[in-house]
Amino acid sequence: MHISPFILFWAAIFTSNVLLTNFLGMCSYLSVSREMESSFGLGIAVVFVLTITCALNWLVYYYLLVPLHIVYLQYIIFIIVIAASVQLLELIIERFTPTLYYTLGIFLPLITVNCAIFGVALFMIIRQYNFLQTIAYATGSGIGWMLAILMLAGIRTRIKDKMIPAGLVGPGISLIVTGIMALAFVGFSGIVNVQ
Amino acid sequence: MLLQIISDIGASAAISIFLALILVFAQKYLNTYGDCVVDINNKKQITVKGGNSLLNTLNDQQIYLASACGGRGSCGACKCKVAEGGGPLLPTEKPLLSPKEQQDNIRLACQVKVKSDIKIHIPESIFNIRKFVSVVESITDLTYDIKAVVFRLKEPAKIDFKAGQYVQLETKPYGKIKQTTVRAYSISSKPEDDTLVELIIRLVPEGICTTWVHNFLQVGEEVNLTGPFGDFYIRDTQADMIFIAGGSGKAPIKSMLQHLQVVGTNRKMTYFFGARTEKDLYLTELFKGFEHVFPDFQYIPVLSKCDDAGLYCARSGYIMPYIKEVLRDPQNTEAYMCGSPGMLEACRKELRNLGVPDNKIYFDSFG
Repeated sequence: MHISPFILFWAAIFTSNVLLTNFLGMCSYLSVSREMESSFGLGIAVVFVLTITCALNWLVYYYLLVPLHIVYLQYIIFIIVIAASVQLLELIIERFTPTLYYTLGIFLPLITVNCAIFGVALFMIIRQYNFLQTIAYATGSGIGWMLAILMLAGIRTRIKDKMIPAGLVGPGISLIVTGIMALAFVGFSGIVNVQ
Repeated sequence: MLLQIISDIGASAAISIFLALILVFAQKYLNTYGDCVVDINNKKQITVKGGNSLLNTLNDQQIYLASACGGRGSCGACKCKVAEGGGPLLPTEKPLLSPKEQQDNIRLACQVKVKSDIKIHIPESIFNIRKFVSVVESITDLTYDIKAVVFRLKEPAKIDFKAGQYVQLETKPYGKIKQTTVRAYSISSKPEDDTLVELIIRLVPEGICTTWVHNFLQVGEEVNLTGPFGDFYIRDTQADMIFIAGGSGKAPIKSMLQHLQVVGTNRKMTYFFGARTEKDLYLTELFKGFEHVFPDFQYIPVLSKCDDAGLYCARSGYIMPYIKEVLRDPQNTEAYMCGSPGMLEACRKELRNLGVPDNKIYFDSFG
C-alpha cells in the first residue's frame, strides 16, 4: 500500500467516510445529534480518541501482537486498549484542564464503545497501513465522522418544528436523512480511489 | 498446543493487567478530590469521597433518585436541583432539560460529578425511600381471589409515607420462575401505623408476583420492600372528594380514609367501589362503618353483574352514570381513582364532561 497519507486523510473524510459509507458509530450519532453544540463536542472527542487509540493500537499490534503470535486476539486486545486509554484520557483531562473537560471530556465515556473507533482500528490492520498512514486515516475518519454528525445536527434542528409523520419522529427520520446524505457522499467516490 | 494456548492467554492477560495497573495508579493519583460535603435540602450534611457522580454518591448513601438508563444520561429521570457546586451545565444534560429547568439549576444527577462541596435539593419524599426488610405477619383472605398481607418492618423499623403511596415488593424465585421480580402495590394500612405495611393483592392469572403471594408466601417469611413512591395522595384542601376504585384498588383508598379518620375531616366524600358480583365485595362493614365516622361520607358499591335479590343492587352496571348524583360543585371537587386503565379513562372522561377540572383528577393506574 503506497498511498500518500495526505490523500488517505482526505479520502477518509469524503470518499470513504466511516459513518456514511460503513455506517459505523451510529448509536451515539443518532442519540447526540439533537443539538449542534453537543454534536460538536462529541465530534472533537471522536477525532481525538480515534487518533490516539489507533496510534496506540498500531504500536500494540506490530510490536506486541505480531512478535508474540497472538494476532488472532486483536479484537479483544484492541477493545481493552481503547477502553483503558479513553478512561486514562478522561482522568487526565478532568484533573488538569477543567474547561476542556466540560467541552470534551464528558463525551469520552460515551464513545468508549463507539464502533467507529474499533472499526477504524480493524481497517488499518486489514489495509496494512503504516504508522503515518494510520494516523492520517484515523484523524481523517474522525473529522469525517464529525462532519456527518454536524450535518445531521444542523438538519435535525431545522426539522424539529416541522410536521413529520408520527411513526418517523426521532431515529426514523434521522436514518432517512442519513441515507440521503450517504447517497450524496457516494458522489465523491470517483475523486480518489481508496478503499 | 496446550503450551501455545497458555502462553497466548498469558500474553494477553499481561497486556490487560499492565493497562489495568496504569489505570489504578492514575485513579489513585489523579482522581483525588478529597472529602466533599453534600448538603441536602439545607438539612442534612453528609461527607463523601469526591470523584463520583452525584447519582452514585447518593446511592451509596442510600438515597435513591430514580434512574432508568443507569447513569448514561439518556433517560432524564435523575433530575435534581443543584444549588451550588455542580459546575457548569454540561452539553450532555442540555437536551433533557427545558429552558425553565436550566434556569432553576435543575441538573442530571448522573452527569454532575461531586468534586467539591455541593448543595442540592431533592423532594423530601425521595429522602424517605428506603429498602425495608420485613417479615410477613399475617395473610388474610378477603375474597376468593384477594388477600391482605401484613408485613412487619424489621430494618429499618419505621416507614414514613403519605396515605395513597405505594411500595415495591420483591418476590423470591419459585417454581419455574428463576429470578426475583419487583412489583408495585399500594399501601392499604394507615400512615400512623408506621411499623407495618399492609398490601391488598388480587390474584392475577399467570401473574408472577401475585401467584407467588397467593400460593407460595408463608407467614414468617422475610420479604424486601422498597418505597414509598408515588404522588397519589390526598391534597390538603376543603374540596369535595370522590373516590373511585375497584378490586384491589381499594387499598390506597382504605389507607386514605383510615388516615382521615385519625386526623378528622368535614369534607363531603363519596366512594364508588366497582366490582363484578357480590362475591367480589370485601371490607364492606369497615367502609359502611365510615359513614358513621365522617359527617358526610357515602360508600356506594356498584356491581356490574347483579341478581335482583342482591343487597347491593340499587346501582349496577358501570360507575359513570352515578357520578353526577353525588356531584355538588364540580369546580370544587377532587377525584381520586385507582384501578384498571380502561375504567380510569372512562371515569375521567365522565368527570371532565361533568366539569371537574383535569388538574383535580388524581389517579393511580394498574396499567
